[in-house]
Amino acid sequence: MEKHDRKPESNIFASVWRFLRRCLFLVLSLGPMPNHIAFIMDGNRRYAKRRNAEEGSGHGVGFTTLTSICQYCYEMGVKYVTVYAFSIDNFKRKPEEVQSLMDLMKEKIDELLEEESIVQKYGFRINFWGSLDLLSEPVRLVAEKAMTHTANNTGPVLSVCMAYTSTNEIMRAIKKSCARKSSRPQGYVNCDGESVCADINSYVTVADVEENLDTADCPDPDIVIRTSGETRLSNFLLWQTSLSHLQNPSPLWPEFSLRNLIWAILEYQKIYPYLEARRRLTKKEN
Amino acid sequence: MLPSLHLNSTLNCTTLNYSSTLLPLRGSRRRTRRDVANESLVPAAHPARRYPSLSASLAPAREEEERKEGALLPPPLRPETLPRHVAVIMDGNSRWAKARGLPSSAGHEAGYRTLKKMVELSCQWGIRALTVFAFSSENWTRPKMEVEFLMTLFENVLKERLGEFLREGIRVCIIGDSSELSQSLQKLAKEVVDKTKNNTQIDLIVAISYSGRKEITQACQNIARKVKDGLLEPEDITESHIEEELETNCIPEFPNPDLLIRTSGELRLSNFLLWQSAYTELFFTNTYWPDFGEADCFYLLWRYLCVLHKSVIKFASGSPFFLNNSGPFHLNGHERYVPQIIFLLQMRVDASQDLMDHRFM
Repeated sequence: MEKHDRKPESNIFASVWRFLRRCLFLVLSLGPMPNHIAFIMDGNRRYAKRRNAEEGSGHGVGFTTLTSICQYCYEMGVKYVTVYAFSIDNFKRKPEEVQSLMDLMKEKIDELLEEESIVQKYGFRINFWGSLDLLSEPVRLVAEKAMTHTANNTGPVLSVCMAYTSTNEIMRAIKKSCARKSSRPQGYVNCDGESVCADINSYVTVADVEENLDTADCPDPDIVIRTSGETRLSNFLLWQTSLSHLQNPSPLWPEFSLRNLIWAILEYQKIYPYLEARRRLTKKEN
Repeated sequence: MLPSLHLNSTLNCTTLNYSSTLLPLRGSRRRTRRDVANESLVPAAHPARRYPSLSASLAPAREEEERKEGALLPPPLRPETLPRHVAVIMDGNSRWAKARGLPSSAGHEAGYRTLKKMVELSCQWGIRALTVFAFSSENWTRPKMEVEFLMTLFENVLKERLGEFLREGIRVCIIGDSSELSQSLQKLAKEVVDKTKNNTQIDLIVAISYSGRKEITQACQNIARKVKDGLLEPEDITESHIEEELETNCIPEFPNPDLLIRTSGELRLSNFLLWQSAYTELFFTNTYWPDFGEADCFYLLWRYLCVLHKSVIKFASGSPFFLNNSGPFHLNGHERYVPQIIFLLQMRVDASQDLMDHRFM
């Protein structure tokens, strides 16, 4: 109640801005819209350094950017958003920095589970991908709590990659498929009901590896955006981004705004026909 | 300012914690035949030599002399700052031909000529490994005539150029699913790989009928076979087991590319070297592959140098230099650049700034 009484002008402004956004997204959706966008949130430390702020503050601003981007994606109808929060390589940073990042993540995940957060408002389902056992106990527990709490939500899916590298994910998928296959008996029954001996060449297939990846229930990303102009994937979704449109806008992650997001989608829409033809060819080949 | 370091004394393999894709520091592992060959090259290639400007290199006599030395590298590039392994997706042949009203076979032939030039350049400039994406497993769905033309082109190229590979010291590896290729091409590929396996000047990996996902799955099958035979437990599988089984392990020193170039403006990896390009710089250029020339290559290598320079600045000006009691340097993820970083740090900061400000044609 207090919030509404405090600034009625800002509420009018907010609703006008929301209305304008909705018109803008309607125009944008005349072209093909991506179903899944992945973000590599790079540039937080540089942002803090440029503004001569203290070291960890860039990440806090980065989190605010994340929530606003999630809100815009929801309003545009993008159903899957994936973000690269913390890589296994980032554990090699200074221990104090790693610890402050862990504390920040725990605080922000708790905030996301509160009543007025965007997660509850829009019904986001949260996934955490990565080797969660490498994280410290409190962060892991809060991540698992977030996953169970939002498991039944039907809104868009926000996947946060923590303690994640793609090579690690593929290795875990291979481990799982090998373990499963070795525990099964030599022969198996195929779909016609006949008993077949396991041929070594069909022992593990592309589908086996794919169903054991963390991203099994998610489609491949349509766009991968790495902010701050860096031109690497840094071990992010290597398997899944084979046909994704790779973009590297130069604004740093905390500076990434609606304007940059719209530009990214326009770029995607420009090459969409060619991309779609490639995808159909790939499906035909498989 | 740069911290004062006694780089030559304190850095060796045991204190640095970096991946095996880097050039090993002297004395850190058993010397192989390739090391001996490279060492005999190094004194000849790296005295205090003058790097000719692009205009001066037009003088034929000088060019001949310097070609003998292998030093036709335009400034500000230096051999130490070049990527060791470059991957190229040779895209745009068909579109180039279409723009000129030619059939796509003309585009592929023009693309082959560009590839020849690129291999020559890499040999001269000192790039140690070049991987090219010749034919994807998705390309089998292209029109039959085009596919047959490409297969014939591969056969002719391998037959004609075998002598040149042996003369120039090019070691050829062919990766990809060879079971889809014709018998004659398979046999020819095997023969070329066998005959050139002792060459040491440059490694050329040609990806024919290649798919990154299938490569990883094949590695997985090999590991599954080991598990089935009881040689390996599923819990003990690590990333290095998978890396050993990948086909790019034919270059064990640097299987992962430092730089990946894709021509014709497409911003995708298209199932090429998925595992290996985890930390690769991805550079995309709008030129079609047949038009890709020395100037484009030089520009991309210069951009790579700028990326290295940024890493050096991050590395030296932050405070990553601290040794805790457990030993390894914390290089904040820049481990793979160690030899280049050491080289750039040994130059003065103002000299490396000259590199950045250098204007080229």
